Formats: sequence, structure tokens, C-alpha cells
Amino acid sequence: MAAVLSALESLGRATLQSLAGIGHAAMLLGESIGFAVTGWRRGQPVRLASVFEQMRQIGVDALPITAMLALVIGIMLGIQFVAALSEFGAQSQVIIAVAKSVTREFGALITAILVAGRSGSALAARIGSMNVSQEVDALAVIGVDPVRYLAAPALFAMLIMLPMLTIFANAIAILGAAMYSAPALNVTPAAYIAQTLALITPGDIGQGLAKSVVFAILIALIGISTGFSVSGGAEGVGRATTRSVVLSICYIIVADMVFSFFLNR
Amino acid sequence: MNLDRPLIEVSQLEAWYGRRRILHGVDFNVHAGEIRVIMGGSGSGKSTLLRHLLGLHRPRSGTIRLLGADIGHASEAEMLAVRKQIGVSFQGGALLTSMSVGDNVALPLRELTSLDENTIRIMSRLKLEVVNLGGFQDLMPAQLSGGMIKRAALARAIVMDPKLLFFDEPSAGLDPVVSAELDELILRLRDALRMTIVVVTHELESAFKIADTITVLDQGEILMTDSVDKVRRADNERIQDLLNRRPRETPVDADAYLRRLTEEHAPPA
Repeated sequence: MAAVLSALESLGRATLQSLAGIGHAAMLLGESIGFAVTGWRRGQPVRLASVFEQMRQIGVDALPITAMLALVIGIMLGIQFVAALSEFGAQSQVIIAVAKSVTREFGALITAILVAGRSGSALAARIGSMNVSQEVDALAVIGVDPVRYLAAPALFAMLIMLPMLTIFANAIAILGAAMYSAPALNVTPAAYIAQTLALITPGDIGQGLAKSVVFAILIALIGISTGFSVSGGAEGVGRATTRSVVLSICYIIVADMVFSFFLNR
Repeated sequence: MNLDRPLIEVSQLEAWYGRRRILHGVDFNVHAGEIRVIMGGSGSGKSTLLRHLLGLHRPRSGTIRLLGADIGHASEAEMLAVRKQIGVSFQGGALLTSMSVGDNVALPLRELTSLDENTIRIMSRLKLEVVNLGGFQDLMPAQLSGGMIKRAALARAIVMDPKLLFFDEPSAGLDPVVSAELDELILRLRDALRMTIVVVTHELESAFKIADTITVLDQGEILMTDSVDKVRRADNERIQDLLNRRPRETPVDADAYLRRLTEEHAPPA
């Protein structure tokens, strides 16, 4: 009986905690938008300079690694589709299969997972260690709202840069696929790419972009809110960092599935 | 503003962490120009009291008025107006580690005023000179010693020329010479800049040196608030324990002790 009760208790506590977490994240989102819209009037402006700085860290600095991963994913998809589709003589469908799967799915997903690992964790670690060393408190008592100073720039930078990185990853992945598949299909890479451009629709790209906007919100809010809720010193910072990456990737994959389901009905 | 009105008025403040009560009905007033030391041992609730005074926690019950504004119920704009007039130096300094010392000191000016960059640079260097850190503006916080970090944090706290300055454990972790220098600095700030200063500390020597009045906090209750001499002569046993560094004699309740050893959910001592 006591065991059942304590199990129920911990289930209830976990439920409350996750609800509180969602509430906290929603509040961060609302406050960040609030600061962006009315911050100037309230003496709490979201500085463009810090948004740009975050855009550099989240987006520009991630270009090389994104390019490399996207290229490899493109080559991999090329290999798989050529092998799978040639089994029943449908090599001609390789181009459209690669184009649709990259733009609708892989570009956004791979970029989001990469950025969650790179920047989501960095956000959690930075804000978490600032929280532990009272820097967040110091900002608050100075009169600088920590949400507008630390959270809002990162959130907006993420919202701008993740879709851009996704488009970049789409292009590189298709290039990668062209590098492998064009010889296998006996066309020139230029013809492969021209064919791809003729086949994909704005809807395909839009689908990936819509997802990447949602992923951006998820990564930023999870990173920031786990950072702000850090307690317990260096170990707490480490735990928050891990937690933010694991949570972000889980939510990204689930959101991706939900999105794919509704967008492809 | 009425001159006689205290800058800080706290009445019947209660604070809880979970089910543990940290502050019991605290009443507390600080007048303009005063250096008030809040003294108490570890776990006496002095840090909690300070966090409430800074508006980092909302009071569960009771009111806190800073410069006339009820910070438990103040609007965002009122709170910002209060915060522009207070400065805080945290125990560990709490300098932003990603910025140079100069940028740290300039931060309140950059974020809260519309002064031009040259004025901001001069004003922040001026405050660094006040705390004897002239020329150190380009170093990063990680390159400073403990005493320098505290002084830099003090420079940031006073850069907006606050009416009210809070200082958390100025001498914690510093050698006696550096902490004596810091005490001198606090006295000089009050005389030169006419600030009202609240210092939280458990260092007796420094408390007696800088304080006009001392509030002794013990287990969440204010034992007494009076001048240095009267606190020294107080006949309260717990105050004398604190002053004479005597270990506390806690009566042992045998039943409660056994319960804590054997049961999972026994209440703490």
C-alpha cells in the first residue's frame, strides 16, 4: 500500500513538475514577445546587437558543420534511393524522392538536431552557470530583466537562423545527392539539379520551414528554461545541459511526426 | 519625499522555503544616511531577508517598502524606478564573466540610461577609480583576485549613484588587510556620496567598525536593533554567544532525535 502511494506521489510530482516546466516555457515565450513589442517603451529594449551576436553564434558559426552533415546525409539518401528504387527499375524516381525527403523532412530535422546539440545546450549551460553565480540575480537588481537580456535575443536569433540554416542544409544535401546519384543515373550533376528544381514545389520547402520554426521555438525555450531553473552548482549546470539536449531532441522528433502527419493528409 | 520617512520599511515579513519558516514576523526600518549591519550566524535568515529586500522574492506575508514603494505589489515601472536607485554588491561579486570589468561597470548605464558612449566610459572609469581599480577596465573578471572582484562589483553597484546600497558579506573570503580596506571604502562612500548602506555580514570586527546600527538576526527573528555599543552590552544570551564566538547549546530532545534516526519523514531539528 505504502509502495503504491509513494509511486502515485512521485507520479503526481513528476506531472506537476512537467506542467510547471511547460508553463515556465510558455511564460518565457510570452514575455520575450512582450519585450520585443513594447520593451522600448518600458525601458527594457531587446537590443538588436545582442540578437545579431546570438545569430552569429547560432547560425553563422554552425555553417561548416551543417554543410558537412547535410552533404553526408544527401549522399546517404542518394545511395539508399538509387539502391532501393533500382530494385524495381524506378531509378527515374530517385530525383523526386531525394528532393521531397530532403526538403520536407531531413533538412529541417538534421539541422534542428545539430543546433539543439550545439546551441540549445550552450544556452542552458550559459544561463545555468550565470544563475548559479548570482549573475542572473545581479541583472535583475540592476533593473535589467533577465528574460529580455538573456532569453529574448537567443529566442529571436534561433527563430531567424534555424529556418535559414534549414534552407542551406536543403541545398547542400541535394548537392550531395547529386554528387553520388548523377553518375549512377547517367545524367550530369547540373541536369540533376535542374531536374530537382523543376520537381520541388514551394509547398515542399514551406513544409520544412514551418517545421524548423517550431523546432527553433522548442530548442530555444527548452535551453533557456532549463538554464533558468538550474540549482545545485556545477553539477546542476551539467545536468541541465544534458537535459536540454535530450528534451529538445525528443520534442523535435515528436513534433516532426505530428507535423508530418497533419501536413501530408 | 518626506525626509523623516525611513528608506527601508519592513513590517511583519514572513518567509518560507517549502514548509520551513525562515523569517518570523520581521520588522525592520533603515533611515537615510545610516549604515545598518544585519548580523547573524549561518542559517539565521539574513540572506533570505536580503533577497526579499532586493525584490528577488515576493513576501508571503508582510510588506516591504523601499524608498516609499511597496515592492511586493509594485508595478513593473515602479519596480524599475526603485531599482535605478539601489545598488547591490553580491557575495561572489556576480560580475558577468563574458564581459570585461569596464563593460560590467558600464552595464547599468548602457541599459538604463541614454547617455552617450563617451560619458558612460568616463563615468564607469571614475567609479573604478573610487574603488581603487583605476586602469583595470580591460581585464576580464576571471583575471581578478577575490578582493578586486568585490571592489569591481562595488563599482558596478554605485555607478548609477544609488541612494541605497546593499552589500552582501563584504569580507567573506578576503584576507584581513583587504577586508579592512573594503570597510574603509564603505565608510568613505557613505561620507562622500551620502549613501544609505545595508551590509549583511557575520564578521564581527567589520560589523563593529562600519555600523551605525546593528540588527541581530537569529533563527529568523530579530533579537535587537540598536547602536553598536548597546548591541555589545546586550544581555541577551544568544547575542553574547554570537559576539563571543561561543558554540550554541541546543537542548537535545531524545524522542525527536530517535525519530530522525529511524523514520523516513521525521521533521528536521
